Amino acid sequence: MNFDFSDDQKLLRDQARKFLTDKCDRSTVRTVLEDNSNYYSNDLWKSISEMGWTGTAIPEEYGGLGLGMLELCIIAEELGRSLAPTPFSSSIYLFAEFIKLYGNEEQKTKILPLIASGEKIGTFALSETNGTPKPSNISTEENGLKLTGTKSPVSDGQSADYIIVAANSDSNKDPNSLSLYIIDKSQEGVEISELETIDPTRPACTINLKAADCEMLGEKGNGWNMIENIFNRAAVLFSFEQVGGAQVSLDEAKKYSLERFAFGRPIGSFQSLKHRMADMYVKIELARSNAYYGAWALSTDSAELPVAAAGARVSASDAFNYSSQENIQIHGGVGFTWEYDCHLFYRRSKLLSLNIGSQRQWKENLISNLEKRNILQ
Amino acid sequence: MDFNDTSKEAEFRQRVRDFLDQNAEKRVNSKQAEVSSAGAPETVQGGAEAAKIALNNAKEWQKKKAEAGFAAILWPKEFGGYGGTPIEQVIYQQEEHNYFVHSGYFEIGIGMLGPTMMVWGKDEDKKRYLPKMITGEEIWCQLFSEPSAGSDLAGIRMKAEKDGDEWVLNGQKVWTSGAHFADYGMVVARSDPSALKHKGLTYFFLDMKTPGVEAKPIKQISGSANFNEVFFNDVRIPDSQRLGAEGDGWKVALTTLMNERLAVGDPPGLDFDQIFEATKEIEVEDGLAIKNSEVRQKMAEWYVQSRGLQYTKYRSMTALSKGQTPGPELSISKLVTASKMQEVSSYALDLMDMAGYVHHDKNPVMRNLFQNGYFFSAAMRIAGGTDEVLRNIIAERVLGLPQDERPDKKVPFNELPSGKN
Repeated sequence: MNFDFSDDQKLLRDQARKFLTDKCDRSTVRTVLEDNSNYYSNDLWKSISEMGWTGTAIPEEYGGLGLGMLELCIIAEELGRSLAPTPFSSSIYLFAEFIKLYGNEEQKTKILPLIASGEKIGTFALSETNGTPKPSNISTEENGLKLTGTKSPVSDGQSADYIIVAANSDSNKDPNSLSLYIIDKSQEGVEISELETIDPTRPACTINLKAADCEMLGEKGNGWNMIENIFNRAAVLFSFEQVGGAQVSLDEAKKYSLERFAFGRPIGSFQSLKHRMADMYVKIELARSNAYYGAWALSTDSAELPVAAAGARVSASDAFNYSSQENIQIHGGVGFTWEYDCHLFYRRSKLLSLNIGSQRQWKENLISNLEKRNILQ
Repeated sequence: MDFNDTSKEAEFRQRVRDFLDQNAEKRVNSKQAEVSSAGAPETVQGGAEAAKIALNNAKEWQKKKAEAGFAAILWPKEFGGYGGTPIEQVIYQQEEHNYFVHSGYFEIGIGMLGPTMMVWGKDEDKKRYLPKMITGEEIWCQLFSEPSAGSDLAGIRMKAEKDGDEWVLNGQKVWTSGAHFADYGMVVARSDPSALKHKGLTYFFLDMKTPGVEAKPIKQISGSANFNEVFFNDVRIPDSQRLGAEGDGWKVALTTLMNERLAVGDPPGLDFDQIFEATKEIEVEDGLAIKNSEVRQKMAEWYVQSRGLQYTKYRSMTALSKGQTPGPELSISKLVTASKMQEVSSYALDLMDMAGYVHHDKNPVMRNLFQNGYFFSAAMRIAGGTDEVLRNIIAERVLGLPQDERPDKKVPFNELPSGKN
């Protein structure tokens, strides 16, 4: 049994943590939060790109470091701990993985090195309406490699240079006909309108496509399968990011409860608070273990991935949502002030748990994948 | 990252499997639902005669294990143990769980009381008692809890008064697993009520047939009786059966408690898998339960708890395999398992609607499984450390939060307020 990261991977974690403590303190996060002209921290993005993190899981032949998905999991956890205000998840967990897995040789050669170096940013545009995106409510259409439709919200769309768009390749809404297209944002047919989000350090926008030029990604009509697979992969990475954020929420709750005195004692000595923090710990440990299993499935291309990813995602969303919410509660009055940092985690936890599909949706995914697995066995 | 044994572990596992295959009956389905009794000797249906037969079978099995060297994996060889490592202990438990055998009768002795004697006993006692503990010839029980000393274990009131070379014990113990069939017991009593709470205790072992010892089974809400009350009336124990110094009883008791068996190999009990199967059979208002959205949402929560615990055990096993002490992960196991079982069983009965409250119908096995779980889980949230005590342990030992105010640590035991009960 060796259900743990290797010594080298742990070393990478230590280095990443040290690096982010230095380069991504809370003022870095707040600058992006409070200044509407910043979609992300340029300096931080530059620094982490120079470290090669953006190319962690991109093969060396396409300009990456050629490490594996386990290393990317480690980076994700550290980005979550530090609340890094960057488009990393959109560009790396989603866009780069789409290109890496489904791009043709020309697309990989042209695009991946730019993504690996951090020079260009990519994202993925799926949702069009309130509620759960599915092939039947996608109305963006492609005709003669021209895309028309509206995507909203598109995470990090303002910052992106390239966008992968899910669309129907004709007017037929048969789920099998959903396809994926890559667009270059710098063209006339692409219009951006700003959206406000619950966590401005993770911005989003609406994208209007009016006969925008595009090229196809992967096999025509195979869009939904590709999306499911990439979302499963990203779910594992998101779960590490969430576990990181949850752990810091607990650490900060604990720290405050030891410093704050009431009734002549540190409030952390009251059982009602101790038990709350014990519950945070339990959820975080369960989430961490589920995330590890997801990491294993991801790194070994296991057939378990759909179940493992959904399990990691559900558990991690629960842990981070709960921990960030109870962190505010433990802080009392100051917990809901702008000045204290509790809200940074509260915002981020909710945004992360919605970004690639809601908790409700992932629970449903989990059970339906268990049913499928059951039938196969 | 992988789930494979090291070559040494694989070799050990194979030897265990060979032994089990030759000597025991394998379960057809290892996932077979079982409502385990959390460390207490197995519940035996069918009255006193059946209980006697079950005990004899268990003793025969224990003897075979001892002969093969597998009865006490962690004990040193000089006392008849295997001299093995914690990971080997876990591997043995995992494998044995796949067979119809009963080791519960001996777990408290081998897991907790034997190691206490190794640390605190005299050489002649170790030679006399430890070998028969391993072979199952003599069964031991642990007499710690009392009516007013449960979560607050050091609140023990059983009197121990010195009379020449003997001690006279008077009082009552409770929640004693196996006291009705145990041959020996280890007992903590208060030898000095005027000392501080943790300083006035002394630790002994005794023959359960000593005059004045009387065990009475406690019927639980599940209907079974895994535990006893044990009454001590002028029970005389020679001073030679004291373990540790007079007044050091708490220190000795901590040795016992530190050896709580590793929870790593525990059977899962009633869990996600059982309700997942059940929902494929139960009809609710809009069809099969498994197709109902609310049911699916609930099941997803139980699944991630269940597998989260399983993978947490893998992390602990990894630490053991590398010769490290597992992290605090294990402390969460019972806390999560017990509440999950209560929720799962209660929800499953609710799905069955009006039929959920009666025994025996067209699917008695499934129904009784959840009904048993409904009662058993209520006990499981309390036995072996209540949910509240476990949360305190996590908060204090893992997170490093301060202990609650402890007025009981500052005044002599006999001056502490004791309340009505």
